[in-house]
Order: sequence, then C-alpha cells, then structure tokens
Amino acid sequence: MNTVTLTPKKQSDLYLEVNNITPDMFAGKSTEQIAALPVYVGNTEHPLGEFFTVTGAAGASAAETRIVIKGDSSRLKYIGMKMTAGEIEVEGSADQYVGGWMAGGKIHVQGNVQAFAGVGMRGGELLVDGNAGDYLGAAYRGDWRGMQGGKIYIKGNAGSDLGYFMNGGTIVVDGDVDVFVGTHAEGGTIIIKGNAKSKVGGQMVQGEIYVFGTIDVMLPGYIYRQELEKEVEGMKGKFALFEGDTAERHPKRKGQLQYAKLYLKQ
Amino acid sequence: MTEFLIKNGFVFDPTLKIKGDVADVAIKNGKIVETDAVKKPKVIDASGKTVMAGGLEIHAHIAGPKVNVGRIYRPEDKLFNATAGLKATPTHMNTRMEGGFSIPTTYKTGYNYARLGYTTAMEAAMPPLFARHVHEEMRDTPIIDEGAYPVFGNNWFVLEYIKNREINNTAAYIAWLLEATKGFAIKSVNPGGTEAWGWGLNCLQVTDPVPYFDVTPQEITTGLIEANELLGLPHSLHIHGNNLGNPGNYTTTLDTLKAAEGHKAKNKFHREQVLHHTHIQFHSYGGDKWANFESKARPIMDYVNKHKNITVDVGFVTLDETTTMTADGPFEHHLTELNHLKWANVDVELETAAGVVPYVYSPDIFVCGVQWAIGLEIALLSKDPMRCFITTDHPNAGPFTRYPRILKWLMSQKARDEQIKAFKNSDKVVNGSEIASFDRELTLYEVAAMTRAGPAKALGLSHMYGGLKPGLDADVAVYNFNPEKENSPDEIEKAFSTVQYLFKTGEKIIKDGEIVSNGNKRTLWVHAKVEENPQVMRDIEEKFVKYYTVTKGNYEVHGKHFIPNPLAIEVDAT
Ligand SMILES: [Zn+2]
Repeated sequence: MNTVTLTPKKQSDLYLEVNNITPDMFAGKSTEQIAALPVYVGNTEHPLGEFFTVTGAAGASAAETRIVIKGDSSRLKYIGMKMTAGEIEVEGSADQYVGGWMAGGKIHVQGNVQAFAGVGMRGGELLVDGNAGDYLGAAYRGDWRGMQGGKIYIKGNAGSDLGYFMNGGTIVVDGDVDVFVGTHAEGGTIIIKGNAKSKVGGQMVQGEIYVFGTIDVMLPGYIYRQELEKEVEGMKGKFALFEGDTAERHPKRKGQLQYAKLYLKQ
Repeated sequence: MTEFLIKNGFVFDPTLKIKGDVADVAIKNGKIVETDAVKKPKVIDASGKTVMAGGLEIHAHIAGPKVNVGRIYRPEDKLFNATAGLKATPTHMNTRMEGGFSIPTTYKTGYNYARLGYTTAMEAAMPPLFARHVHEEMRDTPIIDEGAYPVFGNNWFVLEYIKNREINNTAAYIAWLLEATKGFAIKSVNPGGTEAWGWGLNCLQVTDPVPYFDVTPQEITTGLIEANELLGLPHSLHIHGNNLGNPGNYTTTLDTLKAAEGHKAKNKFHREQVLHHTHIQFHSYGGDKWANFESKARPIMDYVNKHKNITVDVGFVTLDETTTMTADGPFEHHLTELNHLKWANVDVELETAAGVVPYVYSPDIFVCGVQWAIGLEIALLSKDPMRCFITTDHPNAGPFTRYPRILKWLMSQKARDEQIKAFKNSDKVVNGSEIASFDRELTLYEVAAMTRAGPAKALGLSHMYGGLKPGLDADVAVYNFNPEKENSPDEIEKAFSTVQYLFKTGEKIIKDGEIVSNGNKRTLWVHAKVEENPQVMRDIEEKFVKYYTVTKGNYEVHGKHFIPNPLAIEVDAT
C-alpha cells in the first residue's frame, strides 16, 4: 500500500469542503495531479495544493492507497466521502461528514469528529478515538436512508440523533450518548457502553439497541419482554429485553409483528 | 431584432407536413418568416442536425405551493444535484445557482426545459387561493412561456352550480376565476373525490356522490365540459380522473372519458377536443390487486383512438426516485400508507387540497416495471400522435428531464428490450404487459406531433406555437441528431438531452449547448368576457365574507409584481 501525505500550509477563511480527499480520487494520480484536484470554499473552486503540501505516492487503485492528513483538520468537511476502499488517517480532529456515504475502506480519526460522520454509510469502517457529534451514522437531512452497512466505532461520547433512519451496519460508542437514538431505524445494531438520556428507539421499526449503562427516561412505547443472557462486543451479561416502538408501524413475519429490540444491561 | 437563418437542417414539422426534408428556417422580429424575408441574417449551419419547433409541455408541476413543499421537505433531492451559478464556474456564465432533481429550483426548471429544446410549459394544478405564489414562481422561472391551470373539480361554487344544473353560472364563475387568478384553463383533479376526502371519503367511481353537495364526478365532468364549450376557451377541460393509481381503475377511466360523448368543441382556436385526460398511464391499470396488476393500455387507447374529441398525455414512468404531488389528496395519503415515506398534506379552503410523497420507481419492483410498460404502450398504441402527448406528469411519474430517455424507448425497440432485460422481474413485467411484443418505433415526425404541434393544437395555441410555419412565434430547437444515420439508443438519448441551438420568440437562448440568454418569458392567461352575472358576483362576495379567511382584494392576482410580462388570450363569450 502506498501513502500520500497531506500537510496543511494555509487555513481557509471558510470551512474547506474536501470530498475529493479519498483513496478513490487519489489512486493512480501523481502528487501534482492530486494537488490540482478541486476543493471548495463556499461556491468557489480552488486547487487542493493551495491548502496542502502533497507528498508520497498514491497506489494504482483505491485499495492500494492510504492517505494521511497531518495537523489540524477541524475545518475540513467531507473527508473520505463516498470512498470505496483504501485508508485515511486523520491525525487531528475533523469537521462534519467524515466518511459520508462511504462504501468501503477504513477511516481513522485520532481526534474528534463533528456532526454527520458516517451519514448514509454503506460499508467499510470508521474509527474515532475521540468524540462524535450529532447525527452519527444517520440519514442526510430529509432522507430516509441512514447507515446501511459497515461499522462505526467511537471511543469517546456521541451527540444526539445517532443512527437516525439507520437500516443496517453497527455503531459502537464506548462512552455516553445524547438524546434520540435510532429514531425511525429499520435495522442495524447500536451498542452504547455508557449511558443514554432519553428518546431511545423512538418510532423505531426494527433493529437492535444495546445500552450497557442507564437510560434516564424510557419511552412509553417500549414493552418489557424478558431477561436474557447475551454476549455483546466481547462482554457477557444479563440484559432486559424491551420491544417497541409500539407507537410505530411494524412489519409482520409468519403472522408475528416484528419489533425493534432494546436491550438494557442489568 | 436580429435576423437568423437556420440552414440545411433536417426539418420535422407536422404543421407544414415536413418529414425530415432538408430545409431552411428564417427568423425575423420574433416570428418565423419566409426564407426570402430576411436580408442580412446571422446564419446557423444546421446541416446534419435536426430542426423542430420549440417543445411544448402540456402538463407538469413546476410552480406553486405544493412544488415548494416538495423542495422544502426534500433537501435530499438537492444532495449531489446542485451547481453554482453566476460566473462561479466557466460553464455557468449566464445562469444562477441550480439545485434539485425531481423538484428543481425555479431557475433550474427554466434552464432545463430550454436545454431540452422546450420553450413553453403549463403548470398543471394551480390552487386558486395560492395563485399569487404560483405566479411568483413562474415569474422566477426564466426563458419559457408559462401558464397555469386553476383547479375546479372540487370547488364549492362549481359543485353548487352544477348540482343545480346552472351551467351559465358555472361558466361565469370560471371566467371570473380565470381573470382573478390569471389562469389558463379548467383543471379538474379527482372530481369530487378531494372534497369527499374532507369527509374521510373518496369518489373512486364516477357515480360516487360527493357528501353534502350530492353531485357525482360524472355530473361535475359533464358540467365543466359544457361550461368550457359555452365559454369557448382555448384549451378543453383538462382532467385527472377518479381512482388514480389503483389496480383495475381502467374501467373508471373509460367511464370518465365517456363524459365527452355527444360534445363538440366550440372555439375559435382550432381546438377539436372537448376533454383532455392527463397522465393516462396512471389510469390504465388492470387486475384487482397488486399481485395481479396488469396493463390495460389497449382498451384505453382503443377508446381514445376512436374518439376524436379526446386528447391524452401519457405520464411515462421513468424508473427514477421522484416526488409525487397532486391535488388528489386522498391518493397521496394512500401512497404514504403503501411506501411509508414522508407525507405532506394541505387543505385549501373551499377549493381543493394537495399531498406530497416521495416515491422510488424501482426497476426491481414488478409493479413499477409494468407501469413503465403501460406508458410506452399508450404512446405506441396511439393512432394519432396529434392527440397523444409526451409527459411524465413531472415530477409524479419522473422528472421532465428524462424526456430524452423516453424518446429513446419510443424510437428504439432495442432500447426497450434492453430495459426489459434489466428488470429484476422481467418475466412478470412481460406477462403483465404487451410491451415486449411491440415493434413500432416512433419517427421524429411523430415525436414532433406528440411534443409540439399536438400540444399546441390541444391548448388552442396553434396560432403561436408548435410549428415552423411563417407567422408563428420563432421558437426553434436545433438538435445534434442526424436522422439519416444509424443511431444507437444512447445516441438518441444524448442528442435530445442538450439542444445545440434554441431560439425563443426570435431570441438566441442556447448556443453550442450553453445558455447565452435568459430570454423574455411571458405568462399566458385567458381573459374570457361574459355577460354581466349579478348572481355569481353576489355569490363570490358572499363566500369571501362568510367562508374565505382572506378578502377578495388579497386573493386576486394583479399587476407587474406577479406578472411582469403578461400575454392574455382574449375570448368573447358574450
Ligand atoms: Zn399532474
């Protein structure tokens, strides 16, 4: 695997939109060609090389290309958008939409990520050492197609509206989450190792949520079913199973209504 | 004004009966003129290219509150579908920012019609109460001439007058409302059914009575046809019949069409039909549930072909993700129950309602495949392309920007076969339709009838639009398409996707595929003069005092703010 390193040389006045920083776009290109790729400041186009020094070499394909972004990326939006393979290492923190609509490959952010990380994600892996903002693995504004596949791992805490309209894949948060978890979800797995506040699984149709800590306020649309033994993310324990959200429609399979499952660790 | 001479193109024009002969088209003072009437024209070399009149959209939802609800509640429609404008990029020197796919911004709507070679479009459902909003959006849609059809089929005045068989009063009210809203024609959507839905009901058959008003859809349709012909309006009654979108609805559609029997067009505009049935694809369904859903395009088109006083537009399903929107409120509720996607709904006091639901016509779903087939079957079964028009009921069955793809399917059996093969359930689609057995491929002459001359005649605007006859408006499109060459399906689609040159009332709008001018758009409306009718005027005053939440003064559409460049079509019904 070849590595391309981007070292910032100038900060943009406005946030910089860098949806072209992906292994797919870099693959097979020279450093000069990479430096000529457009990035966006508002509605104006600039060459990537205006803001970054590009060193190293890209691989022949996305899968053979690794990108390292040095320094502070906290004003960069859309890192790794729609990437299908390869790797991105962000040494600092990143702004919104990291890994948005990504279909494969791996992104590692050593700092924090802002809202809409992994939005509409279809595959691959997004690992964040710090905290995540709101709408992690959610759907884009207005859309009903949230995270469809892949895995998101947050070592810190996550904001509100996590897994909004999620349909597949897995989100793991080591820390705590803010309000609204898995709203409108129709599939996928959400694992919260810390605490949740409220509106967990609201209008959720199908899918699974595990909460290892506490939920401040349970939604009234969830019904307690039973206690059971489960192994989740390498941890064994007793969970109380709730099904819901009974305020929402649910599909039938073999004459049985299929609910979303909320497991609360005992 | 500059003179132009478009030389040596392959010309297709039903009004002149030219079927691809190499000919010149001359433009002077905004009109088509004889080729020897231009002295020092700028010459456009159209050799090897196709020349037609500007396209004419007879039915699309492109301006007004429900379109805007779609824009507001579907930000995802603009995702990856927006371009900067105003010189931000070298290819957009003359255009503003554009956004949206199925519900484009007003500017993008105007630009995209122009890019397809279209020069006029009709907004198909104007809620009278929100006419001002409709006109503001049309004003902000550049290049194309536009008009809007106010909806009448669930309007309390109309229901009351028709219940009492007061056709003179119906006509007087229509004339007043066309002027008050600057409307172009009489639209009727799910007649009676939308009002019935206010009572939790619907009118699925033409004999289902409307609660309280106690009239039937059949009576409403007949009454509106009579009022239309009493006034002699340029367009006929424009109907979206009852029972849209349901398996087995083709019998309802035949019942709706029968309302035209015995009626004859009376107007000075050379219009021959008394009833235009819109997006008839949505109304040509067999079976009695989704599992045995099938095409009934044949019985519908057998009937249409035999009855010269009817015109239709198709409403082709384009197999895209789109946004449905209609004044058929109960239908949109039905749809959201089916696909569980977001639903917006508005009741418009005394007049109508509207609903909006996103929809994905997936090639993996059998029903969508059959819907696709039905649209094509309707066009290919049509014996008179001057009475069957190309539409997608934009954005309901798909965005109008797919017209080039529809042309590909209509003009190439190979293109249809490729699509049939690509369906996940192609066997079921073939079983539920006749499309696989069709070998008809439309000619460009027939396409010109279905997109230009036909709609112009049906709208009563053949004195202005739809052809290249000297005296008509100089709306001319030049496509990079050589009809004498063997063209692959994708070459057909590409050639009709971006016009090489476009002229609108004599002004050059597009040059080498780039928009060079925003033109001089006009708003068409119909000014129908009727005898004084004190009863109707009193009824109008009374309804505003008793029921409307706005005053009449805040209802009517006046002045340059709403219509900076009006074009009134005068009708004298006194
Ligand atoms: Zn329509």
